[in-house]
Amino acid sequence: MRLLGMIGAFVILCIGFNIVTDGRFLTPRNLFNLSIQTVSVAIMACGMVFIIVTRHIDLSVGALLATTSAVMAMTQTELLPNILGMGLNNPATWAITILIGLLAGTLIGAFHGWMVGYLTIPAFIVTLGGFLVWRNVAWYMTSGQTIGPLDSTFLMFGGTNGTLGTTASWMFGLFATAVAIWALWSGRRAKASHGFPVKPVWAESTLAGIIAIAILGYVYIVNSYSIPTRRLERMFEARGETMPEGLVVGYGIPISVLILIIVAVTLTVVARKTRFGRYIFATGGNPDAAELSGINTRLLTVKIFALMGFLCAVSAVVASARLANHSNDIGTLDELRVIAAAVIGGTALSGGIGTIYGAILGALIMQALQSGMAMVGVDAPFQNIVVGSVLVLAVYIDIVYRKRLGAK
Amino acid sequence: MQDQETQQTSSGRGSGVPPLVEMRDISISFGGIKAVDHVSVDLYPGEVVGLLGHNGAGKSTLIKVLSGAYQMDHGEILIDGKSVEITNPRDARANNIETIYQTLALADNLDATSNLFLGREMVTPMGLVNDAAMEAECRKIMAQLNPNFQKFNDPVSALSGGQRQSVAIARAVYFNARILIMDEPTAALGPHETQMVADLIHQLKAQGIGIFLIDHDVHAVMDLCDRASVMKNGKLVGTVDIADVTDDDLLSMIILGKQPGQKSE
Repeated sequence: MRLLGMIGAFVILCIGFNIVTDGRFLTPRNLFNLSIQTVSVAIMACGMVFIIVTRHIDLSVGALLATTSAVMAMTQTELLPNILGMGLNNPATWAITILIGLLAGTLIGAFHGWMVGYLTIPAFIVTLGGFLVWRNVAWYMTSGQTIGPLDSTFLMFGGTNGTLGTTASWMFGLFATAVAIWALWSGRRAKASHGFPVKPVWAESTLAGIIAIAILGYVYIVNSYSIPTRRLERMFEARGETMPEGLVVGYGIPISVLILIIVAVTLTVVARKTRFGRYIFATGGNPDAAELSGINTRLLTVKIFALMGFLCAVSAVVASARLANHSNDIGTLDELRVIAAAVIGGTALSGGIGTIYGAILGALIMQALQSGMAMVGVDAPFQNIVVGSVLVLAVYIDIVYRKRLGAK
Repeated sequence: MQDQETQQTSSGRGSGVPPLVEMRDISISFGGIKAVDHVSVDLYPGEVVGLLGHNGAGKSTLIKVLSGAYQMDHGEILIDGKSVEITNPRDARANNIETIYQTLALADNLDATSNLFLGREMVTPMGLVNDAAMEAECRKIMAQLNPNFQKFNDPVSALSGGQRQSVAIARAVYFNARILIMDEPTAALGPHETQMVADLIHQLKAQGIGIFLIDHDVHAVMDLCDRASVMKNGKLVGTVDIADVTDDDLLSMIILGKQPGQKSE
C-alpha cells in the first residue's frame, strides 16, 4: 500500500513537471539523466536503511564518499601510473583502483562501527566527527585540487560513458523480469506447500505485471535515448572507422544503474532472507531482546557500518566516474540527501522499520523534484526550500498514515 | 540445610543426583550497592523453585546472572554438578537455559515466527532463512500452547499480552530448555491466560524441566512451586519447602526478613 502511494507520488510529480515544462520532463533524455543522477545517493541510501533501522545514524557518508573518491583518484592518477610505473590507462588500473577504494571505505566504516558498537560512543557523534575528519582527509590528500582525467575504463561506471547498448539492455530486462516473476512464484509455492494462506492469484499477477512493465518500460526509455550524432561520429573516428549515414544507436541501461540494481536486489535479499538481515531488524525493534536472544549486537553494528562504508565507496566510483574527475566538493551535502531519501522512503528513525526499495524511490523522488524545479526555472534557494519542506511533509504524512493503521 | 529433609517430592531432589543448577555464593554490585550479596540457590530436575521478595530485593538481578544478562562479581554456577562459565546470553542458551523475561524480550516489529526463532533461525541449504519451514514449526508449537493463536503474519506489537506471552513461552519450550527461568510470567495477563501459564508450568515440570519462578504473588508461588527462596535487600532470607509453610510464613520472610520459627538452624 505504502509502496503504491510512493509510486503514485512519483508519477504525479513526473506528469506535473511534464505539463509545466511542455513535455520536456518525460523525455528519454531527461529520464536517462535522472536515473544516473540518482544512482550515487540511492546506493548510499540502501546502506542508510540498515543504519537507521538499527537506531543509528551516519552523518559522514558524503565525507566518506569524498575520501574514498580521493583515494581512488590518487591511486589511478599517481600511485599506479607514476609510482608503480604502470602508465596511463593500463587495463588493470580500474580494477585495482576500485578494489583499493572499496577496501578503504569498508575499513573506515568498520572503524566507525567499532567505535559505536564496542566503545558505545553514540553514532551521531562518531559520524559527526567522521564528517569533519573524512571531508578534510580528502582535501589534504588531493591538496584541494580537482584530480583528473581518470582512467578510461573507470569512467564506464559513471553516466553516459558506460552503457549496455540496446540489445544487451533488452536481454537484461527480460532476464530481470523472469527472475522477478520466478521469485514471486517460488515464494508462493513455498507458502502453499506448507498449506498457509496465499494471496489471491489476481493480486500476485497484478504485482508481476507492474514489475514487468516497470523493468521493460525503463529499458525501452533508455534504449530510445540515442547517442548524439556528433558523439557517435567521434566514437567511430576513435576506432578509425567512418560512421554509416543515418545510424541511430541507443544508450541502453547505464552501468551505474545496473550497479544500483545489483546493490538493491542483494540488500533486499540480505534484509529479508538472511540471518544478518533478520538480526538487523530485530535489533532495531528491541535491542535488549536481540541481545538476550544471543545476537552479538556489537559485532552487528560493526558489520552494518562496514557495509555503509563499502557502499559509500561504490557511490564514490559512480559519482567520480560520472563527473570524469575527483573534485574537492564531491559528495557535499550527500549525507543529508541520503538520510532524507531513506526517511522519505519509509525508514523510521525510531528503528525497526525500513525497506531498500523505499529508500531508492525516496532518492528518485528527491532527484525528480530537484531537477524538475531546475527545468522549470525555480531559483536555486527555492529548490532547496521546497525539498526541505517536502521531507518534513512526507514524514508527517507517514506518521498520520501509521496512526490510522494503528501501528506504532 | 534443606537437603537433609527426608520428604520426597516429585522432583529428583533427595535422590542423590546433583542439582540441575547450583548457584553458589553469588555477589554482584552496581556502583557500590550490593544488589546480590552472597546468595546461594539450587534447582533440581522437575522442580519449581519460587524466588520471592520485594521490588529491588535482588531476585531479578540474581537470575540475570544465570541467564547471562549480567556478570557476577563473585561466586560460581554449577550445572549437573559441573562448574560452567556464563558470560553472555549465548553461553546460557548453550547450557539449555531459557528465560522468559518480565518485559517479554520480543522484537515488536517482527512476527511471531521470527521472534520464536530469533538467534536460531532455520536456514535453507543456500544459507538463506527458511521462513516457510519456520512458520510451519511455529504453527505446530502454537497449536499445542495456545490453539486460539492465529496472527502468524502480524508483528507481535499487534498481539495481546497473553498472545505475546505464548510466543515468549513457545520460544523457551521449542528449543528443549532444561532450565527455565520465568520472570513474573503472569504479570500482564488476565485470569484465563494466567491459568494457561499455570497449566503449562505443570506440564513442563512433568517433563523434568527445572523452573525458577520469580513472582511477587505469594499465592501463585504457593500454588505452583515446590520450594521458595526469599530475598531481601540483596541477601537470601532462606529457602523453604512450600509444603512446610503457610502464606503468612512466606509473607513474614518477605516483609520482615525472618525465617519461620520451625526452620531455625
